[in-house]
Amino acid sequence: MLQRLRENKSAQGTLLALPTTVWLFVLLIIPLILTLIVSFGRRSPDGNVIYTFTLDNYTRLFGYSTNCPDGQASCYDPLYVNILGRSLSLAFNTTLFVITLAYPLAYFIARAHPKQRNMYLFMVLIPLWTNFVIRVYAWMMLLRKEGAINIILGWIMNLLHIPFTPLEMLYTPGAVLVGMVYEFLPFMILPIYTSLEKIDVSLYEAAADLGANAVKTFLRVTLPLSMPGVVAGTILVFIPVMGTFIVSDILGGRQVILVGNLIQRQFLDARDPTFGSAASLILMIMTLVVTYFYTRKFGFGEEIVVA
Amino acid sequence: MASEFAVEMRDVVKRFITPEGGEIAAVDHVTMQIKNGEFFSMLGSSGCGKTTSLRMVAGFEWTTEGEVYIEGKAMGHTPPFQRKVNTVFQNYALFQHLTVYQNLAFGLEMEGAKEDEIKKRVRHALEMVQLTGMDRRKPKQLSGGQQQRVALARALVKTPDVLLLDEPLGALDLKLRKEMQLELKALQQQLGITFIYVTHDQEEALTMSDRIAVMSKGQVQQMGTPVEIYERPANKFVADFIGESNFFEGKIKSLSKDEASVFVPALNTELVGMPISKGLVKGEEIVVCIRPEKVRITEKNAVNQNMFRGKVANTVYIGADTHVFVDLQGIRLKVWEQNRISRLDPKSFYAVGQEVWLMLMPENTLVLKRD
Repeated sequence: MLQRLRENKSAQGTLLALPTTVWLFVLLIIPLILTLIVSFGRRSPDGNVIYTFTLDNYTRLFGYSTNCPDGQASCYDPLYVNILGRSLSLAFNTTLFVITLAYPLAYFIARAHPKQRNMYLFMVLIPLWTNFVIRVYAWMMLLRKEGAINIILGWIMNLLHIPFTPLEMLYTPGAVLVGMVYEFLPFMILPIYTSLEKIDVSLYEAAADLGANAVKTFLRVTLPLSMPGVVAGTILVFIPVMGTFIVSDILGGRQVILVGNLIQRQFLDARDPTFGSAASLILMIMTLVVTYFYTRKFGFGEEIVVA
Repeated sequence: MASEFAVEMRDVVKRFITPEGGEIAAVDHVTMQIKNGEFFSMLGSSGCGKTTSLRMVAGFEWTTEGEVYIEGKAMGHTPPFQRKVNTVFQNYALFQHLTVYQNLAFGLEMEGAKEDEIKKRVRHALEMVQLTGMDRRKPKQLSGGQQQRVALARALVKTPDVLLLDEPLGALDLKLRKEMQLELKALQQQLGITFIYVTHDQEEALTMSDRIAVMSKGQVQQMGTPVEIYERPANKFVADFIGESNFFEGKIKSLSKDEASVFVPALNTELVGMPISKGLVKGEEIVVCIRPEKVRITEKNAVNQNMFRGKVANTVYIGADTHVFVDLQGIRLKVWEQNRISRLDPKSFYAVGQEVWLMLMPENTLVLKRD
């Protein structure tokens, strides 16, 4: 039996893939199918799922409302569409800001002396040792009306004799954006750094040798060669930002509700798993569509792993 | 052209800071004059300063002292992209994200050349290195030899005054390397461009170069044609580095206008009638050098002068030659015997333990200064 396995390469492959296959099947495929089934169901008055086939959850998500002000049977209510749109635009903005901040930093680290590089990378990673939620709370401390930022601003204004009223920063879309950018920055820095660090110094010299100045070298050589890192980072940032609810919950309060919050509330507060499931699936589809078009244009950043 | 010399290095020093905080001179007072249209090689083992010298000509490094002149113009801190030289890098340094065509076009686009001119020049350059039809490939899809040609074409398409080549054939296998050596030499003669070629491979340097600078410890040990370097090495280092040599330590006993007699204590005898180089004085401690292929080996004593009896210690058959190692009163001499006659009989070769006579012809020996 063992002897035969040793000779049979394809059986070896199957055996090696088995644990992962089982894992994916039990924890991904089955739950997904369940979510799909539940999303077509209806909520019973006591919060259970009535299994049937109705598209009500989806039509509700896209604005068809049965809860109309002047007794109409149906009307258009963009509440959930707005939430989806807000999540999407926040994810775009976060990714954009993160790239803008991460690229120069990654570039700086990649061009630093090898001895200092590890220390810089270490500093990038340190925040990840602290719990995600705690770090978001820390931002709450910084941003709130009596928070550190307002106190410092107050001192400065006081010194300059300018009247100062503390800024309302917490529970605004801006606060959520800042929190998101902060949380996901390392996930962009590391892949960009990896791809920059891989670029052979002789390529910069070759570009200079062929007549390119620093700006042209960057645009024609450095940037294209580091794109795999940017792509990988974008995937690592965009997808989680689309689904996360902790940052918006803590820093956005009731003001900034994202799909993640919507789904969480449907399951925990509103006790409507059917609507929550529909929202989850729509979120997944939206993320997949964006990622699909993005990767079709730029690839998966696989060169970062392969090269 | 403005200047007689394509490239000139005047008393150039390059010092680097070591990790321990000290200073090290990678290039130590080097002066070289490289003529227009010359195939000039810098030869030496790693760390001898040859690559650093080349990089200072390219503009990747700046001199600590001294000056580099290209076409008679002092380069100072002129950046690489403003020098009319181009480099073929050791690892080729091809842009992997660009096609072969785009790699070649890169340098022309930087010049601001027009699209149809770029097309024409790229096509011509690809023809020159026999890569026609490969223009849409990415470098990764090419063999090592083809990548090497792309690197060459990318530099040549810029029509530089001087082409700098940093061990460009180092990564190729032996057969391809030999082919490319001849091809490069032919290309250089056809284009009439000055080539400055860095290599650690002496055979490569001897094959291709008009002139060679042998370097060691940041200094030029000797500069000359391949024949001069091999037949008249300037010192023991060069004689040892280029080809193989037998050395005897000795002392000059008498000195005439162009001949010397040297007493060699190890052989307890005197070698007479040897040609000398300048700057030697009577009584000086020197080294006598003779190339293994220039030692004559016979079974009986024919001439009496400079003839020594020894015992065969080992023989190694290597195809074209047989290497015979002969013990001569405690000194082991290398003797290369060409296998001029096809034979299989082991008896026709020198046997271990056999007594032989070695003739050190005076005109084949050299008297060199000790290092």
